[in-house]
Amino acid sequence: MARAVVNVPAKVKRGEIIEVKTLIQHVMETGFRRTQLGEVIPRDIIRQFVCTYNGAEIFRAELHPAVSANPLLAFSTVATESGTIAFTWTGDKGFSVTESAKITVV
Amino acid sequence: MTSRRDFLIAASGAAGGIGLAPASRHAQATPAAMQEAIRKVTGGAPVRNGRVKLDVPPLIDNGNAVPLSVAVESPMTPSDFVKAIHVVTERNPLPNVLSVYLGPRSGRARFATRVRLADTQTVLAIAQFSDGSFWSDSVHVVVTLSACLEEGLI
Amino acid sequence: MSVRRGGWPLPALAMACVLLGTGWGVPAAQIPAGERRSGYEFMSRETRAMQDDDATNPGMLWVLDGETLWNRKEGAAARACADCHGDARGSMKGVAARHPAWDAATGRPVNLEQRINACRSGRQQAAPLAYESRDLLALTAYVARQSRGMPVDIVIDSRAKPFLDAGRSAFTRRQGQLNLACTQCHDGHWGEKLAGIAIPQAHPTGYPIYRLEWQSLGSLQRRLRNCMIGMRAEPYAYGAPEFVDLELYLMWRARGMALEAPAVRP
Repeated sequence: MARAVVNVPAKVKRGEIIEVKTLIQHVMETGFRRTQLGEVIPRDIIRQFVCTYNGAEIFRAELHPAVSANPLLAFSTVATESGTIAFTWTGDKGFSVTESAKITVV
Repeated sequence: MTSRRDFLIAASGAAGGIGLAPASRHAQATPAAMQEAIRKVTGGAPVRNGRVKLDVPPLIDNGNAVPLSVAVESPMTPSDFVKAIHVVTERNPLPNVLSVYLGPRSGRARFATRVRLADTQTVLAIAQFSDGSFWSDSVHVVVTLSACLEEGLI
Repeated sequence: MSVRRGGWPLPALAMACVLLGTGWGVPAAQIPAGERRSGYEFMSRETRAMQDDDATNPGMLWVLDGETLWNRKEGAAARACADCHGDARGSMKGVAARHPAWDAATGRPVNLEQRINACRSGRQQAAPLAYESRDLLALTAYVARQSRGMPVDIVIDSRAKPFLDAGRSAFTRRQGQLNLACTQCHDGHWGEKLAGIAIPQAHPTGYPIYRLEWQSLGSLQRRLRNCMIGMRAEPYAYGAPEFVDLELYLMWRARGMALEAPAVRP
């Protein structure tokens, strides 16, 4: 399974804007590279990233081959309540990885 | 990103009688393709320069992993927020880089990532606001490459 | 400004050959200890920021994989690294800073990859891992991470000296179609520009590194192969004793400098 690293502050004050940083291991093969024999290496990328906060979508990204390998996505969200922030990456060849992090809002 | 390199490897193979078909150049985005990609997002609506800050280093160590971030001025309230930010380039093989979708729960209209830039070129970020307006920022970047590479046969 | 593709452009190469071939002298003087600088200092601010933050350093993906492998039972002996070595945060502190280190069993210095594989085959009765395989990179990244911030600590005694000399000889010897020696650029012209990029001093303080060019983590030997290809020399095979001798010399040359694994490099 592809390794993912997510960084969410563990405990924050209600209403604070927090930064979420995510990293996932993926080659993000563009589909434009060729082998030494001239054969195209087919595209194999993460196409979509969705982040939900207690089930509600708070951030979504559509990725194209121009996103680097082992993609980093960092974004903000308002800490509204304690619960779970969930991350899902989906892409070519049935790629699907989910991660989650708990957040405590005081 | 290695199109010219691979083309020459394949071509020299063919010249050496190995009989490899020269690699055909893949489609390369042109400024026109970038305009088309922008039009797909905006539907032809005007895009004004401002309110958006696109951060890409002007001189890049390596085009494979270029840190890129976008920040947009917006209160991010339910009545006035940034719905989406789109990043496009003029000289990558495909014009679109990524699109992110935000909302009032974002708190701040900003994100960061790392992108591939195939060549020295202009990168453009377009923000789509809840009131239907579009604002943008662009940066011209120079892409360099290290010496001593793996496929350093050219 | 044009983009450089595929290594050095030919006019620059030819110029380098002419200048370095006509009596600019090999070996170049060693860099004085106080003037030694990590490759980190030759990178852009943005690339440095990528390395500095564990949340954005792609090398951490391998470090975490390594942690999982460290605790996983492997081989016919069904033994995990942790079963003998416990918590790596304690037991592996300083290990990467000391390697390549003398190995009594083989009668020569071995690098971290070889040490890990010796444990795998000897203690875990598991198949050794190939260079640049995901698992070996993960384990070396995890082990090396435990030495981050510590000074490189290579000790050369009378047994190791012949291997150090062999490594020094490889570093100072002209080779390849360009008839260049590593020392000419990395001791003699560091800081100057080659194909628009500053030449670093070639200290392996960050290995295994996430090289932006590879878009992946890789070992010192992979990087050295890139160097040799860049010089148009036949690269040694992975695991070749010539490589380990050269790794020994490079780490010894960097002794006292702080380890940065896993580093990010262009």
